Amino acid sequence: MVTEASTWIALAPAVVLAVLSMVLFLVDSIDPDSDDSTVLAGLSLVGVLVSLTVAGWFLLAGVGQPDGLALLGDQLVVDGTSLFFTLIVTSVTAMVIVSSYDYLIGQPHQGEFYSLVVLAATGMVLMAHANSLITVFISLELSSLSSFALVAFLKRNRGSVEAGLKYFLIGALSSAIFVYGISLVYATTGSMQLDAVAAGVSETENVGVLGFGVLMLVGGFAYKTASVPFHFWAPEAYEGAPTPVSAFISSASKAAGFVVAFRVFIEAFPLDAMAALGIDWVLIFQVLAVLTMILGNFAAAMQENVKRMLAYSSVGHAGYVLIGLAALGGGQDSLVLGAAMMHLFVYGFMNTGAFLFIALAEHWGVGRTFEDYNGLWRRAPVACVAVTVFMFSLAGLPIGGGFLTKYVLFSAAVGAGFWWLAAVGALTSALSLFYYSRLVRAIWIEDPVTEFEMADQPLGLYVGILTAAIVTVALLPGFFPVVDAAQTAAASLLA
Amino acid sequence: MLIETLMAVTLVAALVVFITPEAYAPQVAFVLSLLPLAGGLWLWSGFDGSGNALLGGNVAFESQFQWIALEPYAINWHVGLDGVSLPLLLLTTVLVPLAILSAWTPIEERVSQFYGLILFLETGLLGVFTALDFFVWFVFWEAVLIPMYLLIGVWGGPRRKYAAIKFFVYSQVGSLVMFIGFVALLFGLGDSVSSFGMAEITQALHAGELSGLGAVGAETLALFSFIAIFFGFAVKVPIFPVHTWLPDAHVEAPTPVSVLLAGVLLKMGTYALLRFNFTMLYDVAITLAVPIAAFGVVSVIYGALLALAQQDLKRIVAYSSISSMGYVILGLVAFTVYGIGGATFQMVAHGLISGLMFMAVGVIYNATHTRMVGDISGIADRMPITVGILVAAAFGYMGLPLMAGFAGEFLIFLGAFQSTVLPGAPVFTAIAMFGIVIVAGYLLFAMQRTLFGPYRLDTDYDVGRAPLHDVAPLFVLIGLIIVLGVDPDVFFTMIQDAVDPVVELGGGA
Repeated sequence: MVTEASTWIALAPAVVLAVLSMVLFLVDSIDPDSDDSTVLAGLSLVGVLVSLTVAGWFLLAGVGQPDGLALLGDQLVVDGTSLFFTLIVTSVTAMVIVSSYDYLIGQPHQGEFYSLVVLAATGMVLMAHANSLITVFISLELSSLSSFALVAFLKRNRGSVEAGLKYFLIGALSSAIFVYGISLVYATTGSMQLDAVAAGVSETENVGVLGFGVLMLVGGFAYKTASVPFHFWAPEAYEGAPTPVSAFISSASKAAGFVVAFRVFIEAFPLDAMAALGIDWVLIFQVLAVLTMILGNFAAAMQENVKRMLAYSSVGHAGYVLIGLAALGGGQDSLVLGAAMMHLFVYGFMNTGAFLFIALAEHWGVGRTFEDYNGLWRRAPVACVAVTVFMFSLAGLPIGGGFLTKYVLFSAAVGAGFWWLAAVGALTSALSLFYYSRLVRAIWIEDPVTEFEMADQPLGLYVGILTAAIVTVALLPGFFPVVDAAQTAAASLLA
Repeated sequence: MLIETLMAVTLVAALVVFITPEAYAPQVAFVLSLLPLAGGLWLWSGFDGSGNALLGGNVAFESQFQWIALEPYAINWHVGLDGVSLPLLLLTTVLVPLAILSAWTPIEERVSQFYGLILFLETGLLGVFTALDFFVWFVFWEAVLIPMYLLIGVWGGPRRKYAAIKFFVYSQVGSLVMFIGFVALLFGLGDSVSSFGMAEITQALHAGELSGLGAVGAETLALFSFIAIFFGFAVKVPIFPVHTWLPDAHVEAPTPVSVLLAGVLLKMGTYALLRFNFTMLYDVAITLAVPIAAFGVVSVIYGALLALAQQDLKRIVAYSSISSMGYVILGLVAFTVYGIGGATFQMVAHGLISGLMFMAVGVIYNATHTRMVGDISGIADRMPITVGILVAAAFGYMGLPLMAGFAGEFLIFLGAFQSTVLPGAPVFTAIAMFGIVIVAGYLLFAMQRTLFGPYRLDTDYDVGRAPLHDVAPLFVLIGLIIVLGVDPDVFFTMIQDAVDPVVELGGGA
């Protein structure tokens, strides 16, 4: 038995990020008015990569597997799931930081920007580690508050400020709902610890109150993962936010929201015990999954604005991942849950890449509609190849890992007996091909209508986009490690 | 690892061409496309396959290793060649360099991208014809769509966007339905298979391991899966009534893309029909023999009649493809050695002949800038070589002996006539044979009006002999067509060896 003190080292990925955010503030205070962020961006990138490497190393070394290391009086846990999601969050953060360097040229307050990104990432990583409702809430608020500020970062831009305000108001409302849900769960089970809640569930007499609490928690998660019915902030916030931030919150923050949902519902509200009480939370997620897939994809198909199309498609993808919770109880739990985790992993790269491409286009002053992207290949063939990869992979064509994860997800749902979930998924995926290929068509096939000045080829954005593209493609032949890690993680969560 | 090397070389060639400066791209692409051709010939020279790859035959250059160890169905990388896949692989590697040569004149913009996509397309096609794991096969099957979509959409004619999207949507819907049908079949097999290996699934199906899925019984499941899979491939072939994307795609596509579309892409459909519908689910195929044969025969006659009504040379050739692929369907459903073997042979033969026809029409278009039968007249004097080859190709299409088309069609008719599993086989065959008359009719009619007679083309272009790089591929193809026609055994012994086990499934010999 290792002592508590030495097991703290297992939290290294989170600790590195937390320290990094403080160091960034410190470094920025040396010359706060500087708008040259080379040092800040470099330092953030190195720190995030250290965190990423350590998390990857821990995952390979099997830290906390299979039972999980409980730390700080069971408030935090380190296991396969938490490390897997730490990998997703830090990968996305690294790409976002690299790309932000060019995007933010000439903007004031860059020190704050990088600190907030790293602080939000810290919150997301902690969400993956959280083992009690109170740490869930605190880490969720840490990431949310940082994200609100990031969305409104361009404070002279009306869109950005408006987006930040909407995001904040809805965020505050859902936080209130969420914390109220926690209090109801606490009132009925007498505990905050996930395993203790699970133990208390079967002894409670106030089933109605508990059920209400669970419903409120679902609402909180739906907000964080941009699922229906709490999705409507997402298109506004993604559109108004600085685009690297849109990439960040639509990929990393969504993954963090899902890991909490996975852990809380599976560990604190065991299916059998809850079903015995008549609280069928799987049913709620089934309804949410179907609505989210349909609404997200149909809304995306109707957009004229590329960034909004991506935002709604991101809602659609949340629907696919929800299948991970909606198809539980069919005898294929670890496969279904693992498939949802895999999808979040691949999604982390392809969706971030897609948003970063939009950031690149914005950097050049390309407009917002599909027509504005017409003939863009002439200016940036390499980035256009990359975005073609993202679009087809998001749609589920076998050009990247997105195809495999969708296949595993849908077939796992069929295997679990929820063929109708898979059918909705497959149909909405087919629909998604329409709007994803629309961008491809604009870029490669249509002739340009507007001319614009292309000032430069921003290196950082290119690095971010190409990294995402290469990983997306490489995840097709090299998919097995992801499957392996996700399956182990899912199995340990369900054990 | 030879097959993997072949694919890797082609893919790298595609990337190299993509970043080659426009000025050198045509030459570089041509030279690099000779590498897969050399690789294909190398595979042929060392080919030691026997029997059918799905039915326990000896698979040449087989390589298999674990890719994704997923419960309950592992996905393995598995490729190899048998007597059915090798001829199609060779067809692909031969047609691509020729298509690239035929693109030198008409393709003037975004040259590097064009040739890069052609080679990317070739990589996908090589994968389709060599993959022996359903999942790997499906990845390549879908990967073919993306370059084709762009090739038609960017370099096509005036209605290219419409044609490209129609092609994409039709193909994608077909693929989705097929995929769902196949996966349903796999779920129905339950624990008796542990991977997507096509041979493993075939054997489990033949062993009667298929159980129902949910409330659906085994027989119904097999039937519905068969129909879903058949539909998916019927779109690709294409069979009436899901053929409507083809004329649009062909008319809008530039010559080299039409060559590959008719020459190889349509064969993906018939190849997959042979592998999946007629090998894996042969019993359902026999049950449905009459409707399948009916679809085939209707495609033959309807395609030919449509071709008769066209004014555009390219459209004539495009519709005649529907007709020719109908013969292939008839041959497959006959379940005789000559039927299935002839159908496979016809895939190669039609690939070469239709490729040649499209190229020849392309050369004429390059010179005259019109393809309308009513506009062109008497160009035989101006471009005697091209016209000579086009006439020869037309005779090949009509099934003149000593040309590849004759061997294919003759074998199919012979095989279909003898069929024991197809009720009323002689009737179907007789109706289909009538198609030849219509083919001869519209081709001769079109030739007579466009090539011969008085020259009265009203154009500013100087209509004269085509440059060597335009004519050279025509010579190569007509040479191959004659070689295959004179000595069909170059491929037919190999094909027969691989289709015999399939025929035995149908109870034939």
